[in-house]
Amino acid sequence: MQDSTIENKDSVKTDVIDEAVERGLERLTPERIAGVINQVLAKETGARFKTYIDTCMRCGLCADACSFFLSNDRDPKFSPAAKVKQTLTEMLEKRGNVSKDFLKNMVRIAHTECNVCKRCSMYCPFGIDIAYMMLTVRRICHKLEITPLYIQDTVNSHSATMNQMWVKEDEWIDTLQWQEEDAREEFEDLRIPLDKDGADIMYSVIAPEPKFQAGLIYQTAVIMHAAGVNWTMPSNPGWDNSNMAMFTGDFEISGRLAKAHYEAAADLHVNRIVMGECGHAFRSVYDVGNRWAGWRMPPIELVHAIDFFHELLTTGRIKVKEKYKKSVTLHDPCNVSRGRGLHDKAREVVNLLCDNFIEMTPNKEHNFCCGAGGGVINCGPPYKTTRMINNRVKKEQLEQTGAEVLIAPCHNCHSGLEDITHHYGVDMEIKFFGDIIYEVMEKTIYQGGV
Amino acid sequence: MNAFIDFITGPMVWISFLIFFAGVFIRVFRLAQEANSKEKFMFSYFSWKYSLRSIFAWLVPFLPASTRQSPVFWGISYLFHLLLFMVPIFLLSHIVLLEESLGWSWISLNDSIADVLTVLVILALVFFAVRRLNVPEVKFLTRSSDYLFILIVALPFLTGFLAYHQFFFYRTMVIIHILTGELMLILIPFTRFFHMFLAPISRAYTGSEFGNVRQARDW
Repeated sequence: MQDSTIENKDSVKTDVIDEAVERGLERLTPERIAGVINQVLAKETGARFKTYIDTCMRCGLCADACSFFLSNDRDPKFSPAAKVKQTLTEMLEKRGNVSKDFLKNMVRIAHTECNVCKRCSMYCPFGIDIAYMMLTVRRICHKLEITPLYIQDTVNSHSATMNQMWVKEDEWIDTLQWQEEDAREEFEDLRIPLDKDGADIMYSVIAPEPKFQAGLIYQTAVIMHAAGVNWTMPSNPGWDNSNMAMFTGDFEISGRLAKAHYEAAADLHVNRIVMGECGHAFRSVYDVGNRWAGWRMPPIELVHAIDFFHELLTTGRIKVKEKYKKSVTLHDPCNVSRGRGLHDKAREVVNLLCDNFIEMTPNKEHNFCCGAGGGVINCGPPYKTTRMINNRVKKEQLEQTGAEVLIAPCHNCHSGLEDITHHYGVDMEIKFFGDIIYEVMEKTIYQGGV
Repeated sequence: MNAFIDFITGPMVWISFLIFFAGVFIRVFRLAQEANSKEKFMFSYFSWKYSLRSIFAWLVPFLPASTRQSPVFWGISYLFHLLLFMVPIFLLSHIVLLEESLGWSWISLNDSIADVLTVLVILALVFFAVRRLNVPEVKFLTRSSDYLFILIVALPFLTGFLAYHQFFFYRTMVIIHILTGELMLILIPFTRFFHMFLAPISRAYTGSEFGNVRQARDW
């Protein structure tokens, strides 16, 4: 089954039918196509874009950085520079006069064959940011209204509800109260404090947590309670830190989301924001959305879960009862390793929690993306088969570790890695740091000075 | 004929340098101007510390992971770029010409060493061309202009080599040598040769973003 999929990979890829893309293409006229392309390329890009286009010496060194290129048996079409050649270079040369077939390929390349992981910037001698180039292509797709269906639906949800999963306000509050009630079985006075003004920490999550992974909120509540943290969660929009709009080129929505998130924290007068184990959400509020909203750096200190757990464990707020016994390996999520240099802290956290840590290589800043990142998994079921073909390198990397448990401190990575282990039959359990901490921690309340 | 040679070894050298410097200045100036008008935020992320950190990391042979992954290409590429500047600048006959006209001089390379180094430059260019023809991912990206660039760089070295050894058509070789040398200088600001100036700039910005914001290495 697996082999036949790979043999027919070209036909699998061209056969993908995405309704939103098909319908979007039907609506387009040659004038609109050229108009949008030229507007974005002339008005929305500048010196940076020109420099990248003019500096590339077409040396091909970026190819070896790309997991898509490696997973497709070094097919030259998948090198990062080749993706620019097949999209932007042609649009520039034809002054936007491109066909609908071209656009269809362009959507596939920019949305499903690049994780915008920035690994190639580290292999290009000139540091050309091809992720930025692909996001510019996605911006064009967005303005042409040919964004893949599933990820566009997510953006629609962001736009209407300010969270990515159409979670209604009462559902959100109800879920938190339900988790609070359940967690009281372990600690009778445990609270998930909603809208607590002046708390030290605002904790934020992505919408899939209340939607179908409420247990993660439960675990966090137990950890926060045991660590004696003065924390809160907002009941109003702004609680969701996720952002698919930044991956579809819908920068306006993307900026609104980051703004809502920081405003929620500002309204609560907290000292800092701690966010759950998610990578793209971190990129959104730390590196992307904040810029659109006009903040050079986060206006309120933003702490990723890895950093926060490191703090709790090293300051003794959380004590380990007995270290985790199974052999574990760590997947470095791009957006917090290459995106924030948290890989060394992540290793310290692993070693504080587990007895048997096996490194995955390449790792740290040089990790391979889980294959789901950059909105690729969010393009949904139509592209699942091709995504699995494109993720072969990650599967090989996982297998080589031989570990029983894979720690992935990122939601997107989790979903992507689960798809990989199921598809390729890799026998590996995937966990968050939160899962392991919850399992190995002393369930007593920290009594030290605050 | 002598008047022509006088022209290409006299005023034309000045004209070439003038076009080169003016071209470089105008392009860098316009780039900075455009960045300032449309992407001003870039200056707020720019950091000398992380720019230089990144540039130096990439100047150290085989420090970046990429260079260790493709050691043959990188070994040749480092050497080629070094020699591309070193050989013409420290060539005795160039220094003699300069001393005769302007009175400037500096240490020179031994002629037989320079001869070997010239051959190395030509071989490196042959390697680049062969690589473009044979490595699929490079071939896919290659355009005919890439071969033209290789030829333009190769010509002054090749004709210089032939003229030095006076194998044949000495005078013609010297003339082509001078003309192609000047052509290369003139073309730098207007072609992909400009990566000579753009590469450190884009490396610096990526280095700044990685160092300043992402707190990670970019090599």
